[in-house]
Amino acid sequence: MTDQAQLLPGTLDLLILKAVSLGPLHGYGVLLRIGQISGRALLIEQGALYPALFRLVRQGLLKASWGTSENNRRAKFYELTATGRKRLREETEGWNRLAAAIGSALAAEPEEV
Amino acid sequence: MRLLTYVRSLAAKLFHASQIAEEVDEELQSHIQHRADDLEHAGMDRAEAERRARIEFGGQGRFQEECHEALGGNFVESLIHDVRFSLRVLRKSPGFTMVAVATLALAIGANAVVFAVLNALALRPLNVPRAESLYAIERGSDKAVNHSYPDYLDLRDRNRSFEALAAYNVTAVGLDTGNNPSSAWILEVTGNYFDALGIQPYLGRFFHGADEHGPNSAPYIVLTHAFWHSHFQDDGGVVGRTVQLNKHPFTILGVAPPEFRGTLLFVFPDFWVPLVNQEQVEGTNDLNTRGKRGLLMVLGHLKAGVSPKQAIADLNAIGTDLEKAYPKDDGQMTFSLARPGLAGDWLGGPLTGFLTGLMLLAGLILLAACANLGSLFSARAADRSREMALRLALGSSRRRILRSLFTEAVLISLLGGAIGLWGSVILLRGLSVWHPLPTAPITLPVNPDTNVYLVALLLALASGFLFGAVPVRQVLRTNAYEVVKSGLSARVGRRTTVRDLLLVAQIAICAVLVTASMVAVRGLARSLHSNFGFEPQNAMLVETDLSMAGYSGDAVPPMQKRMIDALATIPGVQSVGVVDRLPLYYGANGSNVFTDTTTDLRPSNVAAHVMTYKISPEYLQAAGTALLAGRGFSWHDDMKSPPVAVVNREFARRIYGSTTNAVGKYFKTREGTGTQVVGVIEDGKYASLAEDPQPALFLPILQSPSSGMALVVRSNRDPQQLAGAVKRTVQELDAGLPFTLRTWNQELESALFPSRMATLSLGVLGAMGAVLALTGIFGMAAYSVSKRLRELGIRIALGAQRKDVLNAALGRALKLLAYGSVAGLFLGILASRVLAYIVYQATPRDPLVLAGAVLTMALLGLLATWIPAQRALNLDPLVLLREE
Repeated sequence: MTDQAQLLPGTLDLLILKAVSLGPLHGYGVLLRIGQISGRALLIEQGALYPALFRLVRQGLLKASWGTSENNRRAKFYELTATGRKRLREETEGWNRLAAAIGSALAAEPEEV
Repeated sequence: MRLLTYVRSLAAKLFHASQIAEEVDEELQSHIQHRADDLEHAGMDRAEAERRARIEFGGQGRFQEECHEALGGNFVESLIHDVRFSLRVLRKSPGFTMVAVATLALAIGANAVVFAVLNALALRPLNVPRAESLYAIERGSDKAVNHSYPDYLDLRDRNRSFEALAAYNVTAVGLDTGNNPSSAWILEVTGNYFDALGIQPYLGRFFHGADEHGPNSAPYIVLTHAFWHSHFQDDGGVVGRTVQLNKHPFTILGVAPPEFRGTLLFVFPDFWVPLVNQEQVEGTNDLNTRGKRGLLMVLGHLKAGVSPKQAIADLNAIGTDLEKAYPKDDGQMTFSLARPGLAGDWLGGPLTGFLTGLMLLAGLILLAACANLGSLFSARAADRSREMALRLALGSSRRRILRSLFTEAVLISLLGGAIGLWGSVILLRGLSVWHPLPTAPITLPVNPDTNVYLVALLLALASGFLFGAVPVRQVLRTNAYEVVKSGLSARVGRRTTVRDLLLVAQIAICAVLVTASMVAVRGLARSLHSNFGFEPQNAMLVETDLSMAGYSGDAVPPMQKRMIDALATIPGVQSVGVVDRLPLYYGANGSNVFTDTTTDLRPSNVAAHVMTYKISPEYLQAAGTALLAGRGFSWHDDMKSPPVAVVNREFARRIYGSTTNAVGKYFKTREGTGTQVVGVIEDGKYASLAEDPQPALFLPILQSPSSGMALVVRSNRDPQQLAGAVKRTVQELDAGLPFTLRTWNQELESALFPSRMATLSLGVLGAMGAVLALTGIFGMAAYSVSKRLRELGIRIALGAQRKDVLNAALGRALKLLAYGSVAGLFLGILASRVLAYIVYQATPRDPLVLAGAVLTMALLGLLATWIPAQRALNLDPLVLLREE
């Protein structure tokens, strides 16, 4: 557990959008999907997921509907809206630019300066 | 789009609140079930799996709440939630709530009342159209509001800055509508008055500038709506009717709209009469005397685009011409503009100053109340720290706790504000219909308007946030873990806390108020016992104007003599005298005198501006004024004999150097008449109680007749018993003469009215300050005793003496009280200098005031700490230790 990384503020929303973009999921499913695609390297507080989901629904990036899960339990499923898809694309680009910039900055060697 | 989503979500939340709560709950449960399923697959038994799943999930309550917040529309909902919660909490401690609400109701009520008066008299413009461009014209460096009619005509006709200039004058007149002649208060106005102000008639028509064709050419009356209602029963047929004013027929033209009450805020006239008919109305006519300035006030609307500065330059140019053309009459003819309604800066200045001072004091009251409630809240927060800690431990955020504390504070302040405003509205309504002086048309039109409600609301909100903010630091510092673990540690810090500072500040403020009110009360008491220059005890006054019954010219002096002689025959009457205008009666008549050697009688060469009275020979005796040198008048000092005068000591000192020097000397009047001084009398009070010694001149009424008069009837009997006989005697002489009959002490009420009102309002504020100090100290002392019961119990068990116990329990409170009182006394003395301007003889360096203030604060301290001290002393250590 201790080698899991804390999430940077604001990145949870991006991860949720990404997870849901791969197919409709219920809340617990989102948690599992993020664990799966991040190689279980990220620490997510389970309960903290839901306020984020509600926020994204309110912003119109996700839409939700009740259905039945693979465990045959009632669950609320989330899927991406068109706006959500657009937002995911923009945020991904933004993130990549930031990561590349920080990566190259941190990789700088004395002789390159 | 976003807004729409938000609104929809808000609406959905508000209308389906419980449904949404259920959904959120179901979703979170579903998550936990799914997790438990996984854990069960991994080999756990179901019960254990569910327990683990719940622990992993974290605080469900907190996430539920966060979900709600994420859904939006939370502000309204959580506000309702907070309000409901706060109401429940407040209902659980009714004592605290009541004290807090009452304190605020008093403080906010006081502020609302003072602000309403300030608003009505100083901030709110006159109730006329386009009031913002309406200005009154003042003259000279001492900002005199009175102008002469010829000067007014020049200003009116030659200025290029005003749309129109109108003038008005307050006076009394005898009105006879066919039965029961009575005296009425009127505004004499120029013909263009209503047109210049833009007022439209409610009924009939108004008179106009075109109706004026020289003296006595416009015998018309326009009634105020109130007078029409009270004296003509709203009779529409009144227009065109003829009534008698001072025995002259005048035609009622129309009725003014109810909201227009003339152009002096505090004077409520009965009707308006054209100024050109002054001779019929007042018996004399000042329309052609440029040098004689009555109380004619001038006002008008500035033309669009003309600034006040340009208008002043324009007026000053005319003034320079007038100074050159009429050097004998027109002295310093520079002008300035003032707000109309309060007789310019003459009354407006001091009144606004006083009300601003009062507002400041009222603000201090509110501040003291906030400090008081702040420490109450802070103590309460300390007592509730276990509850706070529990809430924090259960996942509530500090923000949420603070918000609920603020909600409590604001709820209390709004409740207090509403009650305070309600009370002040009742008081203000009462004040508005109050006629403080029976013989003068004085009113205080202080009905509250939206401004007042708004200010009260703002003050309530601001004070709520102010005292609500006091415990914030405490809550932010609360360490949930520590509190829950070790319970409430009775930390008795020796450090200075916010509460201590608040208490010192509050006591200081209260001490300021107490000192200020004592200074005022003492000033009033002194002015009641100062030397007026006459003796008001055992004197009755018959006030009238003979012109109201048609006497004029040569008919006046014989009638006055008849009245004096008739009244003097009443048994018990010692002497009867006549004076044209009583001293201390709404200002005084002044005139300029010149030394005997002055030949160029222009205003700049004046030797003194003196108060001038016209008296009958017996007046000095009837008034009880002491003659210091020379003689009084006799009935032989008439038109046939050389002009003589009696002067007061100040006059003698200024012009002739001493009392003894003055007798037999001469001076010149404005007309150049050489007048001989035959007697010197003691100094008195003439224009106001607060004035410095003024020179005064007394002329024989036979040499300068006046139809306006007051008869002073001195007796050795109770004046009330004489009243019937005096009344009968006057009515027997002329049944058509309206007059008022009062004792001189009653008459003085009007002179004392301003300082009475000032003292009353300061006294009320002082009393409120004292009450606040009392509750503040009591709260602090009671709290500190209750916090330290256990420690005190141990001390008593170990054999502490009563003195030690008291010292331990209350030493701190008393020390704070002392600090606060000293600071407050000092500030109060500084503040009292301001009071000295309003309240006569209010000197802060009065040992009695200082002693009184110290004693009051000490008594308040004793009173407030009495109950807590008793509680500390009567502790039974055994009971206490067993309980803990």
